[in-house]
Amino acid sequence: MINNSDFKICFSVMTVLTILVGLFQSWGIALSMLNLCLISAVMAMGVNIQWGFAGLINFGVMGFLAIGGLATILVSVPPVPEAWSAGGLGILISGLFLVAVVFSVLIINKKIPNHKYKNYFIFFIIILSIPLLKFIAGPSISKIESINAATSGFLGGANLPIIFSWFVGAILCALVAFVVGKVCLGLRSDYLAISTLLVSGIIITIVKHEEWLSRGVKNVIGLKRPVPYEVDLQNSEWFIKLVEFFNSSKLSNILDPDEKISLLNQLVITSSGVFVKLCFSLIFLVVVITILYFSEKALNSPWGRMMRAIRDNEEAAKAMGKNVVKQHLFIFMLGSAIIGFAGAMLVTYDGLFTPSSYQPLRYTFLIWVMVLLGGTGNNYGAILGGFVVWFIWIQSAPFALLVINIFTNHLDETNYIKEHLLNSVPYFRYLMMGLGLLLVMRYRPKGLLPEKIIKN
Amino acid sequence: MDFLNSIILLTNFIIVPGITYGSQLALGAIGVTLIYGVLRFANFAYGDLMAFGTMIVILVTWFLQSKGITFGLLPTALLALPVGILLTIVVSLFFDKTVFEYYRNKKSDPVTFIVVSLGIMFVLNAVVRIIIGPNDINFMDGHKFIMKAREFKQMTGLNEGLALKSTQVITLITTIITCSILFYFLNKTKTGKSMRAYSNNEDLALLSGIDPKKIVLLTWIIVSILATVAGTLYGLDKSFKPFTYFNNLLPIFAATIVGGIGNPLGAFYGGFLIAFSEIGLTYAYKKFFKYIMPDVLEPSTLIQFISTDYKFAISFAILIVVLIFRPNGIFKGKVI
Repeated sequence: MINNSDFKICFSVMTVLTILVGLFQSWGIALSMLNLCLISAVMAMGVNIQWGFAGLINFGVMGFLAIGGLATILVSVPPVPEAWSAGGLGILISGLFLVAVVFSVLIINKKIPNHKYKNYFIFFIIILSIPLLKFIAGPSISKIESINAATSGFLGGANLPIIFSWFVGAILCALVAFVVGKVCLGLRSDYLAISTLLVSGIIITIVKHEEWLSRGVKNVIGLKRPVPYEVDLQNSEWFIKLVEFFNSSKLSNILDPDEKISLLNQLVITSSGVFVKLCFSLIFLVVVITILYFSEKALNSPWGRMMRAIRDNEEAAKAMGKNVVKQHLFIFMLGSAIIGFAGAMLVTYDGLFTPSSYQPLRYTFLIWVMVLLGGTGNNYGAILGGFVVWFIWIQSAPFALLVINIFTNHLDETNYIKEHLLNSVPYFRYLMMGLGLLLVMRYRPKGLLPEKIIKN
Repeated sequence: MDFLNSIILLTNFIIVPGITYGSQLALGAIGVTLIYGVLRFANFAYGDLMAFGTMIVILVTWFLQSKGITFGLLPTALLALPVGILLTIVVSLFFDKTVFEYYRNKKSDPVTFIVVSLGIMFVLNAVVRIIIGPNDINFMDGHKFIMKAREFKQMTGLNEGLALKSTQVITLITTIITCSILFYFLNKTKTGKSMRAYSNNEDLALLSGIDPKKIVLLTWIIVSILATVAGTLYGLDKSFKPFTYFNNLLPIFAATIVGGIGNPLGAFYGGFLIAFSEIGLTYAYKKFFKYIMPDVLEPSTLIQFISTDYKFAISFAILIVVLIFRPNGIFKGKVI
């Protein structure tokens, strides 16, 4: 893996970009960029597994990311006992009711022979179950939401370490992907794209409006962390010693003891932020490398070859006796699980869950640009895409500011056009993304690091 | 009297808004379906094309207003519409020449087209936001109401009012005019027939001497007209915000597929179906039942199928049901 030239390109670009930002801006910015790049890389690898390995076009990335984010709440937030005692029973009953509806539909679908009205009957059951569900759950939901509406108003979670939520998010996403895949995967490519996009819209609507579950648009803030807090670091003996050791040359130049202590304090505060981000980076790097390792193993295994065969010629693969439907469903679940994992990572890193921030442009199409730009079917390509695209996404605003300043230098400060352009600096990133995607699709349709097929 | 009241209630809260929203969706969906039928791909940039057209209309409206030109009782935007349409056509043809033509000549697969249209979506998104900003803009002027709820109550002596905004009537009339011209064009004229022939079977159309370049050009012109008109009508009725236009792409796609992708008449009905189910299923019928039921049976709950938060989700759910049971749409798709 290490000898691979793509591996070298990928990780040297990553290091160079981080160091450049670190030198020219600040190490805090560089590390937070690195962290988001690593999370993006995980998302891109998830999409790449579906699109690059199997040719499944999934525009529902946003939905799976939100489910991963929801998992962090369900796992890490302490439960709200009052809410549980007020409406927990009602929610459990309605959950059982939902399970009963699903099973009855499945049983009807399986046991009753094909009849003209069977589909209508199933449809009728589903339609009837929605108001019934609302009738059963309604009172408990309003009870839960009324308890401490300003601070909680939801059921809370399981109060476990947040790291578990990454795996729970992955499992939840795989389950949802199973249902979505059963419904949508039979569709042709462009229908699949549209329907997954709409399914993700439904998922976001549910996460946004079921306040008893996720607090909805009221957001959940102050989530737990898998790494130490800045405040704790600033008060711990070993950390101060560490900072003193690293900055000993700078400190020894200052003779006045008071000044020395105030400088040390300042250094401790800034480096505690950097240290926390560094811890996150290490964890994320481990995740990226683990997923990369297994994904490369899988790609070069007989299973990977079979997936490529299915992607390149479905009919031939079918004729060879491969179960295309089953493999498609499996890989859809696998890819979605990785996306969900990344979604939980993202919420953990941010420390807050804001359902209204999930928008298709940022959380679906941007990830797709990463995969297409980096190289479809190549894991290193996906990682590189995640890095480069996130770097452009972050740095295009300062870059646009620079360009605008150069071109409007001769205009005075109150010029209407100059003011307007300076206000619209954040939107230049969309322009960059669009142009980048169009150029890559035209001149390097296989991406920056194209797929390499090892023939043995 | 109670019966009349209940009818007026439904008209005011379901039928009038449903027809307005349905017309806007229908115009948008016909555009998407035409691109799909003739050029054979799902255009994700369509919502932003609508936003672009509307943006030009708004800019021209502001210009006209600053010169003191208005359209009397009607909104000034209608005067600005031709300019908006013209510039949208220019932009569409520009993107077709620089981007889509290359892939059409290469006969790329539909997914490549979708990806490229995503690129254009990003670009248009940025252009609109850079030029006019991301904020809500209300550019409706002229006479606001044709009939106010209070006036209606005084006129008829009923408890329930019926408000009729001028934008709603304008939307309906514009849609009727646009759609009649379009369907006349597609079904009766020679050029329209050649367009349908091209959509039905490309090779056979080429053999019959139909010029594909002319058909593509014509499609982009019609699509740009539809996008600008639909966008402007939506903006007049509600307000203009680039993000909403992007979001409206989703119900438009739903309407297109529900009606059978590639089938303009299906898209037209699909738009109304989506609009009426969104509004009809999220409306609280409590007051309605209060009027028509005897007092003893007065309902205690809101009698709402699903809360208004799920308005968008309804159109998506309808789409998924249609995709499972009738993947080709309710009306047979793939031919215009």
